Amino acid sequence: MDFSSLLLMRHEFVLTAILLLMIVGEIFVSEKNKKNLVFLGIILFAIHTAIGLLPLADGTLFGGMFKTTILTHFFKSVLNIGVLILLLQSGDWLRDKVAGQQKASEFFILIFSSLLGLYFMISAGDFLMFYIGLELSTLPITALAAYESLKQKSSESGVKLILSAALASGTSLFGITMMYATSGSLFFDAMTITASNLTILGFLMFFAGLAFKISLAPFHFWTADVYEGAPISVASYLSVISKGAAAFVLMILLFTLFRPLESIWINLMYGIALLTMFIGNLFAIRQQNLKRFLAFSSIAQAGFILLGLLSVDKLGATTIIYFIMIYVFSNLGAFGVVQAISNATGKENIDDYDGLYRTNPKLSLVMLLALFSLAGIPPVAGFFGKFFLFMAAASQGYYLLVFIGVVNVTIALYYYLLVVRAMFLRKSENSIPHFNSKPMMRLGLIITVLGILSLGLYSPLYEYIFEISNSIFKL
Amino acid sequence: MIPGVSIYEILTVTTLLFFIGIYGFVTRKNLISILLSVELMLNAVAVNFVVINKYLYPDMLQGVYFSVFIIAVAAAETALAISIIINLYRLATSVEVKATETMKY
Repeated sequence: MDFSSLLLMRHEFVLTAILLLMIVGEIFVSEKNKKNLVFLGIILFAIHTAIGLLPLADGTLFGGMFKTTILTHFFKSVLNIGVLILLLQSGDWLRDKVAGQQKASEFFILIFSSLLGLYFMISAGDFLMFYIGLELSTLPITALAAYESLKQKSSESGVKLILSAALASGTSLFGITMMYATSGSLFFDAMTITASNLTILGFLMFFAGLAFKISLAPFHFWTADVYEGAPISVASYLSVISKGAAAFVLMILLFTLFRPLESIWINLMYGIALLTMFIGNLFAIRQQNLKRFLAFSSIAQAGFILLGLLSVDKLGATTIIYFIMIYVFSNLGAFGVVQAISNATGKENIDDYDGLYRTNPKLSLVMLLALFSLAGIPPVAGFFGKFFLFMAAASQGYYLLVFIGVVNVTIALYYYLLVVRAMFLRKSENSIPHFNSKPMMRLGLIITVLGILSLGLYSPLYEYIFEISNSIFKL
Repeated sequence: MIPGVSIYEILTVTTLLFFIGIYGFVTRKNLISILLSVELMLNAVAVNFVVINKYLYPDMLQGVYFSVFIIAVAAAETALAISIIINLYRLATSVEVKATETMKY
C-alpha cells in the first residue's frame, strides 16, 4: 500500500500534530511554565502556516470523500494567515489574564480543532465529510464562546450559539436526507441533482444550515448576541474565519453540485443579498457596543459577498475569494483594535472612544484604516474587493441590485464614520488614557495594516486567483 | 424493510417527529426542553436516513453510516450544551430562557 497519497492531507496532518502536542504540553508542563505554552502554540502555528504555503498536488482520497485542489489549498493558507493574526492579537490576553486560570492551552486546542473542521468542510467530497467538518468547526467554537466561565454573558452567548447551531444543523441534515432520497448517493460526484420539488425543498433546508453559519439575513439573529457575550478573539474568529470558510464552501457547492438548480438559487441569492445588506446596515446604525456594531457590519458584508454568487463563472468565484481575503485583513484589524482597548481598559462602547486620537494616535489610525477598508474607500484594499463584486454582479446585468448595493455602501459609510468621528473629532474629559500595546498585539496589527494597504494594489494576486479558480469547475 | 409498512408511513412519522422538534424548540421556556427538542429533530433525521437507505437504495450502506455519525455527533453536542447550561445555572441559578435575556436587540 502506498501511503504517499496521504500527503495530500498535509494541512490536516500538521495541524493535528500541533493539536496533540498542545494536549501533551497541557498535561506535562508545570503550572509555573503554563504561560510559555502560549508562545509555543503561536510559534508552532506560524510554522504550520509557513509549511502550508508550500505547493501541494491536486487529488482525491478515501474514494472521493476528501478532495484537494489548488484552490482549496490556497484558501486554507488564507485561513491559516487569518488565524495566525488572530492568535497574535489574543496572545497577550491569553498570557496575562487567562494563563493564570490554567486555561490558556484549552484555547489553542479548541481553536485548532475548529480550524481542522473548516479544512475538512472545505475539502469535503461528500455530504458525510461535509457534515463532520461542519460540526467539528462549530462545537469547539461554542465551547470557546462560553470560555469566560465566570461571566454570565459568556455562558449566555454559548447557550445561544450551541442551541441555534444544533437547530441549523438538524434542519440542514433533514434537507440532505431529501436530496439523498432523490439522487441515491451522498457523494457530490455521483449525485444527479434534477429540479424536482423534493430536491428543491431539500436544497432550501440544506442552504438554511449554511446560511446560519454565514449569518445571512433571516438566519442572523444569533450573531449580535453571541459576538457581544463571547471573548473578542472568539467573536473575531466567528466573524472572519468561520464565516469566510462557510462562504467559500457555499460558493463551491452552488457552482458545482447545485448548478442544475441555478435558475432557482439565483433568485434566492438575489433576495437574500438585498435583505442581508439592508438588515445588517440599518441595525448597525443603532448599536452602541462596538462588538454588536461589528457583528451587524459583518452581516452586511456577508450580503455583499452574495453579489459575487450571481455571476456563475470564473469572475464570480475570483471576486468572492478576493473579497474574503481582504475582509479577513480589514475585519481582523478592527477587532484587533477593539481587543487592544478592551484588554487595557475594559471599555467597549463607541462613546468611550471619544478623543481617542489625542491619546492613542497609532491605534486610532489602524482603526481608521480598517473601517475605511470595510466601508470601501478608494486607496485601501476594501474598495477593490467591493468594486470587483459589483463588477461581477453587473456583468450578468443585475444593475438594480448593484445600485442598491451602492446605496448600502453609503449607509455603511455613515455608521463607520460615526466611530471615526468619535475618535478624531469629539473631545472628552475622560477619554481613554494613553497606553502602549503589547509586542504581540502590535505585530498582529502591523500585519493587518500591511495587508489592508498592499492587497488592493498588488494586482498579480488577483490574476493568480483568477487563474486557479478554474479548478472549481473541474471538481 | 418491515413487511406491511410502506416507506410513506415511516417518512410521515419522521417528518412529524422533526416538526414536533421544531415546534418544541420555538415554544419551550426551559433550556433543557429546548435541547430535548433538538435531539428529537436529529433522531428524526437519523431514522430518515436509515429508512431511505433500506427502502430505496438497499445495495449501498451510505445512509446507515450517516445515521451512526449523526448519533455520535448528537451525543457530543448534548454533552457540550449540558455543560454550558450547568455553567449558566451556577451564575444565574436558573435554566429558564428568561435567564438568557441580559443581551437583547
